[in-house]
Amino acid sequence: MKKEPVKIKEAEAAIRAGNFEEVVQGYIEEEALAEAGRCLQCKNPACISGCPVGIDIKKFIERITRKDYRGAYFTIREKNNFPSLCGRVCPAEYQCRKACVLTRKGSPFASPEAINIHFLERFVGDYGMKNKLEAPAQAREDLSRFKVAVVGSGPAGLCCAGELARSGVKVVIFEGLHKTGGVLRYGIPPFRLPRDVLDFEIDYLKKSGVEIKTNFIIGKSETLDELFAEGFSAVFLGLGAGIPSFLGIKGENLCNVYSANEFLTRVNLMNAYKFPQAHTPVSIGEHMVVIGGGNTAMDSARVALRLQKMNGFTPDTTILYRRTEAEMPARRLEIEHAKEEGVRFRMLVKPEEFSGDASGCVRKLRCLECELGEPDSSGRRRPVEIPGSDFTIDCDLAVIAIGLKANQLLTKVTPLLKTDKYGDLIVDPGTMETSIKGVFAGGDIVGGEGTVIEAMGMSKKAAQGIINYLSKK
Amino acid sequence: MKISEKQILSDDRGMRVIRMRISARHIGPKARPGQFVVVMTGEEGERIPLTIVESDQQSITIIFQEAGLTTKLLGKLEPGDSVYALAGPLGHATEIKDYGKVILVAGGVGIAEIYPVAKALKAAGNQVTVILGARTKELLILEQELKGQADAFYVATDDGSYGRKGFTTDVLKELLAKEQYSLVYAVGPIPMMQKVAGAAKDSKVRAVVSLNALMVDATGMCGCCRVSVGGETKFSCVDGPEFDAGLVDWDELTKRNRIYLEKEKHICKLNLR
Repeated sequence: MKKEPVKIKEAEAAIRAGNFEEVVQGYIEEEALAEAGRCLQCKNPACISGCPVGIDIKKFIERITRKDYRGAYFTIREKNNFPSLCGRVCPAEYQCRKACVLTRKGSPFASPEAINIHFLERFVGDYGMKNKLEAPAQAREDLSRFKVAVVGSGPAGLCCAGELARSGVKVVIFEGLHKTGGVLRYGIPPFRLPRDVLDFEIDYLKKSGVEIKTNFIIGKSETLDELFAEGFSAVFLGLGAGIPSFLGIKGENLCNVYSANEFLTRVNLMNAYKFPQAHTPVSIGEHMVVIGGGNTAMDSARVALRLQKMNGFTPDTTILYRRTEAEMPARRLEIEHAKEEGVRFRMLVKPEEFSGDASGCVRKLRCLECELGEPDSSGRRRPVEIPGSDFTIDCDLAVIAIGLKANQLLTKVTPLLKTDKYGDLIVDPGTMETSIKGVFAGGDIVGGEGTVIEAMGMSKKAAQGIINYLSKK
Repeated sequence: MKISEKQILSDDRGMRVIRMRISARHIGPKARPGQFVVVMTGEEGERIPLTIVESDQQSITIIFQEAGLTTKLLGKLEPGDSVYALAGPLGHATEIKDYGKVILVAGGVGIAEIYPVAKALKAAGNQVTVILGARTKELLILEQELKGQADAFYVATDDGSYGRKGFTTDVLKELLAKEQYSLVYAVGPIPMMQKVAGAAKDSKVRAVVSLNALMVDATGMCGCCRVSVGGETKFSCVDGPEFDAGLVDWDELTKRNRIYLEKEKHICKLNLR
């Protein structure tokens, strides 16, 4: 008899939309056992090929069914340093779960019947966290004399640092901001990734000997040449895609038109939702509008709605997207969560012009309706404007969440670093080495915006590239 | 990031201007005139940009006015205390070369920001004219320091208590009418910079201003500091902080700098009672 997927417990929408506490509650042991028990243990498991870091999913799930959580934990750790983190933020429905044999053929994302691999990963990761499990180091004597600089403490940097430290290399992470985690901290809200989980994963790195220097901007405080001169044998660049894109429409510089990066950084990194206990302010509107269809748009809208609820406003947050929900790149779970919490979705809409009041604050947004045309280069159907379909909505705060470009702080002052037309680093796909010998890269600074786990996949490869490079020294 | 020296430069009814030297081996050696740092006073504090006024291998010196909560909290720190975070040097450095005859105009705490630029321009061989403005004599800072860099030196005070009565731009207009200059460089309150831009334009002299847009990360990631320059959107933190004065949309900058004014007043009341 076919067993039903085990639903994950979630905080009630009406309540959670009024705070920043974690929404998804995680499986308890019985639930994890029941869900793991649904796994067919395929002879040729497709799910593993769907994982950017190649976790032995079949094996770790099998360990769960035997209540060998320790074994499950170390199975994941072999490939992924951050199970508690990835179990929370991975877009599993586009990756391992989509590849799961239980997903219907031809489905654009995982079917509901697919094994909830990410929830199981999270269960195992949290078990490891609770029980302070430490993966055995595989330190290599010959590598201990090397020091590697990791630039950026986002997913790519953390992952590369973890891999290198495990092999016995001395690692120093340089982070420009005052806190570590990169996009995991400034981008992803605490209700999706609680800060104690993030801090645990980073502390784990520190315990394994990784040194972290915050407030240290490579490219400003020090150049790459200086790092080498100081005795670093190699450098990993996990610079991220930090530059926000704007729409380029009229009125975009009006007050209270934010990039998603600014809006989220104020709230997530600077804790503006605790203002005035935290000192960084953020504006709150009566009619908040978020433009975009990715995870960042969902995060922004859910943050906006929470700010409204927590500050006595009637919730009124709307997501505008040029295509339809089917084309939205966001995780399906986030879309569902946003809807449950009361975020409105208005599809097939293209923003045309913001207009403001005498004080320079945004008040209205004029839009055009769209219809779907032929598929474009991304394979998604292209939005086509309908002439004369103009309409205007109330909008006293807007968040533009339409994507990010390469962070160029370092590349601009390092002409030897070859970049493509988008400003992304060009690397050898086999080793992840950049155009400068001994300098490797991974994450969004290579190939543009991707997911946390994709960044980690690249960084693992880069770590291997660095180890091979050092071994020859 | 420990404070080694602190000096009160002026006190405007409790709103002091303070000079602070902070040890910063990761910033001092790299700092160039025109660049700034981001400072935080505590974990829950704001990130605010402040110009680097002086620097050496071990430290940087900042000068700030206790205007908002963060600068007030900073003002409470004493030698031996540390700031929570300090990052930089950020922004482009001033383009230092021999322009010929240059005029530097500064008002209020903006005087601190032209000091390193004046020094560098003087060292590069320029004939440097300095015009400083303050509301009243007691609020004038760095007079001797700037006098030391200037071939010609003027002060204007609003109340006429020192130098001539009036605005820096009155002096500027007179000088520009008399002689040909190759560059005007100005830092101060927005209305002052806007007037400088107008005067320079009338005399067909290039004017450069260093803007004080609001910032968060100050490394190009958020766009909080965006300004329209010549119809294009620029980020003050990474494209600036200096821009061609004639191209800046002053009205937009003025309004954007006022976004959090009410919240700032509120938090100041709460925290400094």
